[in-house]
Amino acid sequence: MGGRPYNDISYERFLSEDKLMGTRCQKCGSLFLPPRPICTKCYGSEMEWAEMKGKGRLAAFTCIAIGPPFMIKEGYDRKHPYVCGVVELEEGVRVVARIEGVDGTKPETIEIGTPLKAEFLHTGEGEASTTFLAFRPS
Amino acid sequence: MRGQKKLGRGVAVVGAGMSKFGMFADKDSKYLVAEAFLEMLSTVDKGIDPNDIDALYLGNFTNDFFVHQGHWGPIISDLLGLTPKPATRTEGACASSALALREGVLAIASGFYDVVLVGGVEEMSKRSTEEVTEGLAMAASPYEVKAGFTFPGVFGAMATAYFARYGANREHLMNVTIKSHNNARLNPKAQFSVSIRDIMNQRIEKARSKGEPSPAWRDEKEFLGDLRANPVVAWPVHLYDCCPISDGASCVLLAAEEMARDFTDNPLHVVGIGQGSGKGLHAAEDLTCFEATRYAAKEAYELSGLKPEDIQIAEVHDCFSIAEILHTEDLGFFKPGEGYKAVEEGLTRLDGPKPINTSGGLKCKGHPVGATGTGQLVEIWKQLRGEAGERQVPIKDLRVGAAHNLGGTGGTCTYTILERR
Repeated sequence: MGGRPYNDISYERFLSEDKLMGTRCQKCGSLFLPPRPICTKCYGSEMEWAEMKGKGRLAAFTCIAIGPPFMIKEGYDRKHPYVCGVVELEEGVRVVARIEGVDGTKPETIEIGTPLKAEFLHTGEGEASTTFLAFRPS
Repeated sequence: MRGQKKLGRGVAVVGAGMSKFGMFADKDSKYLVAEAFLEMLSTVDKGIDPNDIDALYLGNFTNDFFVHQGHWGPIISDLLGLTPKPATRTEGACASSALALREGVLAIASGFYDVVLVGGVEEMSKRSTEEVTEGLAMAASPYEVKAGFTFPGVFGAMATAYFARYGANREHLMNVTIKSHNNARLNPKAQFSVSIRDIMNQRIEKARSKGEPSPAWRDEKEFLGDLRANPVVAWPVHLYDCCPISDGASCVLLAAEEMARDFTDNPLHVVGIGQGSGKGLHAAEDLTCFEATRYAAKEAYELSGLKPEDIQIAEVHDCFSIAEILHTEDLGFFKPGEGYKAVEEGLTRLDGPKPINTSGGLKCKGHPVGATGTGQLVEIWKQLRGEAGERQVPIKDLRVGAAHNLGGTGGTCTYTILERR
C-alpha cells in the first residue's frame, strides 16, 4: 500500500477497494484529502497514506435537476434530481461527494450539519468500472 | 496617496466596444469580433489608425472544443488587419478576456508597447446544451465533476452554506434577478432586455390569447416562486438565477497614459488591477466566499490606494445570482453576510448608492465566457463617461468604477479599477 504514488489514480483505486484515503505529511502532520504529493503547509515531500474513518457532517449541498451525461445515464433528470454535497469529516478535512438517502425533490428537508457516513458506489464493469464516493445519514 | 506597488508607467483605456450578446445562428466568432472592433474604433474620440496598434491579446475559452480551432490569436489578428503584429490568446475560463486586459496593461506598463488591443470572444450557441455543459465543465475541479457537481451545482452548494450561516433564503436570490432584469431592460446590447414583470405579463397574455387558464401571479416573486415558470436547475439555483448560453465579443483599446490624450480628452485610467487563483470546493477554507476574489481585490486596492467605499459602481461576475451577493462581500462593498440585505434594501439598484451590474450583468446581458471580462469594462467605460443612456447612474461626479471577473468555480478571479480624472 505504501508503494502507491500519492495521486488521483491511487485515490480512485482505494475508492474501488472501499477505502477513503488521504495523505499526511510525515514532517508536519498536515492531512490532505484527496491526496497531495507534496505538503503545501511545510513543503515536505515525505508523505504517507492516511485512511479516513468516513464519518462527517454535511457542510453544503445542492439538488441537481440537470446533470451531466453520466448522471442522466443513471436515470437522474428534472423529476428525479440527485444530491451532491460537501462533507466535513471528523478528521477536519472536507470532501465533495454524492449524498444518498435524502430526498432531492424536498430540499427543505435536507439539513446542513446532518451526521453522515461514507459508502462506496461501484458502477460499470472492466475498464469502464468506477467507484463513486457517497455519504448517507448515519 | 497610492499604494506601495506601482506600474512602470500608467495605462489608460481610450476606446471600448462590444457586439450585441445573444444566440446567433448566423454570426461566427470572427463576425462578432468585427462588430466589437468597429464599435471600439467609433468610441476613440480623436480617432485611431489600427496600424498604430502594437499587439493583440485575445481571451477565449472553448473554441478548441466548440469550433475545433484553438489558435485564435492570429486568426483575429488577420481578421482585423493587424498581422504581422504579435497576437496572443489568453485562457482563464470565464475570465479569459480579463487576463487579456491584464497582459495588455502589464505590457504597456513595462514600456514594451504603447498601444494594445485587448478583448475576448466566445461562440457557444451552435452546440447543444449538453455539449456546452460538458465544455464549460472543463473549467471545474475534477473532484467536483466526478461527484456529479455541475457549475450551477457548485454555486447552489455555496448558496446553501451561505443560507445556513447568515439566514438568507431563496427570496434574496430573487431580489438579485429582478434587479438585473430591470437594468438589462435599459441595455439594447443585452441578451434579455426585458424585466421579470414584462416576462410575467407576456406569459399571462399568452395564456389568455390561447384560452388557457391565466396564471395567478400577483408579482415577480410569485412568478419566480412558481416551479412551472422557474424550474430548479441545482437547488437552490433556479432557471432565473442562471446566466444564459451566449455568443459575443468585446474589446478595449489601451494606451500608455502619456499618450492617452492623443486619442481622447476623456480617458479612463487603469488605477487598479488584481488577479487571484483559488482552490476547489472541498479545499476552500470558507464555503461562503472566494479566496481568489479577495486576493484580486487586495492587489487592486493596494495598487490604486483606493478602498471599497471609493468604488462608485461595479460590474461583478453574477454567473448565478448567489455569486453576485458573494462577490459584493468579497470585494468589501458589504460585510460578510450583509450582501443579501444590501440587495433587499435596494442599495445595489441603478439609482442606489452602490449600483451593481448596471448592464444587467451576466444574468441578462449574456455570458459569452471569453468576452465577459472586457465586456464588463465596456459598461464601466460607458457609465464613467456618462454615455450609458437610459441606464446612466444618477451619481454626481461619477469617477471610479470597477469590474470583477471569475473563471471556473473561482479558480481565476480578477478585479480592475478604472478612474476618470
